[in-house]
Amino acid sequence: MTSTATKLPPSGRRFRFNWVDGFLWFVRIAALITIVVGITGSVQNFMAGEGLSATQWRDLLISSTSTGLMYGMIALGYSMVYGVLGFINFAHGEVFMAGSMVGFIGATLLFDSGFWDSNPFAAVFIVLVISMITSTIVAVLVERIAYRPLRNAPRLIPLITSIGVSFFLQYAFAGLFGFSTRSYPPAPGALGEEIIIFGIPIQGTKLLVFVVAIASMIGLWYFVSRTKAGRAMRAVAEDKEIAGLMGIDVDKTIVLTFAVGGAMAGVAGLLWALLFRVVDNLMGFLPGLKAFTAAVLGGIGNLPGAMLGGVLLGLFEGVGPLLVLDGLGIPAVSQLKDAVAFAALFLVLIFRPSGLLGERLGSEDRA
Amino acid sequence: MRNSPYTRMLGLISGVVMSFIAAIGMVENFNKRVLIEPFVTMGYVVVLAVPVLIGILAARGKPSPLEEPARDTGPNLASGLVAGLIGGLITSVFVALVDTFDMTEFFPSMRPAMVEEMTFGFGVPAGLLVLIAVSGVAGALGGLIFAQSDAIRQGITQAVAWVLGVALFEAVVADIFEIDFLLDLIYAKNGGLQPWAAVIIGALAWWLSARYRGTAKQFAFTVRDSEPKSRIRRSLIGIAILAVIVLPLLLGGIVNELLINVSFFILMGLGLNIVVGYAGLLDLGYVAFFAVGAYGTGVLTSSFSPTINPGLSWWFALPIVMGLAALAGLLVGTPVLRMRGDYLAIVTLGFGEIVRILLLSDWLTPYFGGAQGVRQIPGIPVPFLGEVSGTRPELFIYLTMIFVFVAGYIAYRSQNSRVGRSWAAMREDEDVAEATGISTVQAKLLAFITGAIVASFAGALFAAKVGVIFTNSFKVLTSIIILVVVIVGGMGSIPGVAVGAFVLIGILGGPTSQGLLFEFAEYKLLIYGALLVFMMLKRPEGLWPSVRRSRELHGDELSQDAWLDKAGEFKEDDAEVAT
Repeated sequence: MTSTATKLPPSGRRFRFNWVDGFLWFVRIAALITIVVGITGSVQNFMAGEGLSATQWRDLLISSTSTGLMYGMIALGYSMVYGVLGFINFAHGEVFMAGSMVGFIGATLLFDSGFWDSNPFAAVFIVLVISMITSTIVAVLVERIAYRPLRNAPRLIPLITSIGVSFFLQYAFAGLFGFSTRSYPPAPGALGEEIIIFGIPIQGTKLLVFVVAIASMIGLWYFVSRTKAGRAMRAVAEDKEIAGLMGIDVDKTIVLTFAVGGAMAGVAGLLWALLFRVVDNLMGFLPGLKAFTAAVLGGIGNLPGAMLGGVLLGLFEGVGPLLVLDGLGIPAVSQLKDAVAFAALFLVLIFRPSGLLGERLGSEDRA
Repeated sequence: MRNSPYTRMLGLISGVVMSFIAAIGMVENFNKRVLIEPFVTMGYVVVLAVPVLIGILAARGKPSPLEEPARDTGPNLASGLVAGLIGGLITSVFVALVDTFDMTEFFPSMRPAMVEEMTFGFGVPAGLLVLIAVSGVAGALGGLIFAQSDAIRQGITQAVAWVLGVALFEAVVADIFEIDFLLDLIYAKNGGLQPWAAVIIGALAWWLSARYRGTAKQFAFTVRDSEPKSRIRRSLIGIAILAVIVLPLLLGGIVNELLINVSFFILMGLGLNIVVGYAGLLDLGYVAFFAVGAYGTGVLTSSFSPTINPGLSWWFALPIVMGLAALAGLLVGTPVLRMRGDYLAIVTLGFGEIVRILLLSDWLTPYFGGAQGVRQIPGIPVPFLGEVSGTRPELFIYLTMIFVFVAGYIAYRSQNSRVGRSWAAMREDEDVAEATGISTVQAKLLAFITGAIVASFAGALFAAKVGVIFTNSFKVLTSIIILVVVIVGGMGSIPGVAVGAFVLIGILGGPTSQGLLFEFAEYKLLIYGALLVFMMLKRPEGLWPSVRRSRELHGDELSQDAWLDKAGEFKEDDAEVAT
């Protein structure tokens, strides 16, 4: 990554100041100072009894974490595709959107028939299956049509293609479903109520997010590290050609990677819709970008890292504005939520380009 | 019928595409526009173009490097017919489904009116057969076209292109040639060409293409082979400049307005071309520099901007804005110096969004007006002409043209300069470039700064033209559309950017502006996406490629590891050779 690290010092043993490094250090220190000053200010506010109360902080933490878990689930798809093909699948956010939008049809039909409220868990499970299947199909189709012909293309070409796919999917769904925002049926039965766990009241849907996210993470971990297909996937991520020589069907494994990533995005799509109760054709764009940020934060290519990155990013953008920016005296900080998320990505890449759990990558891998 | 499974697959694709076009309401919406009286409407042209193209592909058969496709009327016609029939069958099944189940709650376009249009007004059982038959005929027509000789196909293409062009761009044709009696003669009252006019235009185009094809080709070769400063080139450039100067005077307000929008995108495209095309740095937050230019100009020139309002003249504000943009380029460029490829793309995208969110936030509202934007930005004062703003498009176009020429000149001169060559080297391989003594830090920052300054021209002009600026014009969408313009035109190619901007912004429309085909407004972003994917898959060098780029992308086609071909097939061959 750092070309200066590999550069040997000149034989004169003179200290050479590289102004780019200087600038980066300036940015790092300035960021740290801003964060420390902001937090100090917020703590002072809190002590003075201003701003949010302790209960509000707790609720904020819970909802930020549940949002973060969903980012993490989308981030898994980015991370897996990046691990195997080495490019950012920009259209992954739209795979998530597709699951949500088609799931919306199922949910509305079930809601209208009364099944949604009479059998809440069965109904949610049916919609979950619909969302997962849709997202999987979309992800696999996109791979087949747009990415496979570009397997050995120069690096930027698949990235640009994925931007095109992302646009196409966004507006194809707008064409099919119309441009208006649709409201999802309210979470059925116990999911719609507050449940008290360890004395903490938590909304049923958020609890569902926690449970499903952890369960699917465990499932994915088992799949990748314990099954034959998972091993093939890791081998392909390591080296496609050698994996091919070892008798692994590389194409099939790549399709499988897209399918699994798509299924995870589909699960996230259902959870997102249940929690926020609105779906539209552009809903995938921002979560997609943030999920990518989460993947980078955790160390791209690393699956537990993606989940961790997601949770941290959810916390950064949920808590960060109130904790850091509010303390700096900036008005209406919640407007800056998205800016904080992008700033977090930037800071991660400046402080630790390989991500939290990522291995140090050579400059070639990082390109 | 060679390659039957291939034909069936094409039929399937045709059916899916036709159903999709129907499902998103394109046929219904576009059928409001009559192209040729009385029954050739835009919706049918769009949807039936699918089986015709599929018919051509089916007749060609599976592309093979070993054998030339056979041009034989019988089999070609049959392949096209089969593919068309399969496509029509699938589409009619889809239409029947839409007719049976009411899905308007979820899919607003899948309504009875759509079924009505798709069955050509014959209702469900009968109309479906008509649909299959029409699709089959269209496919067969495609096959038939394929079977013809080169000259005939050329003639057909020319004739169809001209007829459709004259019919589609009725508004422009009427705007340019204000000869009312002739216009009334060839166009029907409520739009659309008269059938006999279509026949005459088609025949004329055919005849012209047959008569002058050789001459035109000869001329193109002469120009291509001529010396850079030969008389023929100079006179061509002279004619082009003269046309550019005279044309806006002849055009009406609407077309000039459109040309101004196009030239904004040419400007931004030229700037982004330096960053992406020359230096190979994929910047997805390019619109931020446009925003710096626009907001800088707005705040500096408008005496109504909230806190800072020096009320400068546009010409005095311009150098300050350029300086601000250069600073912004430096600030964005420095931290991302060590990031490559996709990371750079996402971080720059993030920067672009941060700029927009900050401009919109309550925090900076006292300076930039937040959601209200900056209002009452004065126009550009020009000696003897007074203040030129968007209300006088026929004058404003000249100002934008001047800046387009400046930007084009910057791009042209830097391309082959020392900096330009170091950009090219860096784009190909950063490490090697550094090893040969190129300062990549300097080269990258220069690319960012030059790109930012060119974008700030566009921003400054934009602010003066519209008079009120909101954050709406500075979304990620705009960045991506500029990128599409550059890519469709041809990365690294200056004329390519102009072509891309004309084709996309002029015809389809920009992020906030309408193009010539305003019927496409609802679908333009869909088309942008599809076009981007298509270009990357089939023609990554763009419509008007730069010489260097097309050599890079196609030069290695002769070697084994050509990525444009089916990589897998070659790999298997390699493996066999190795064993």
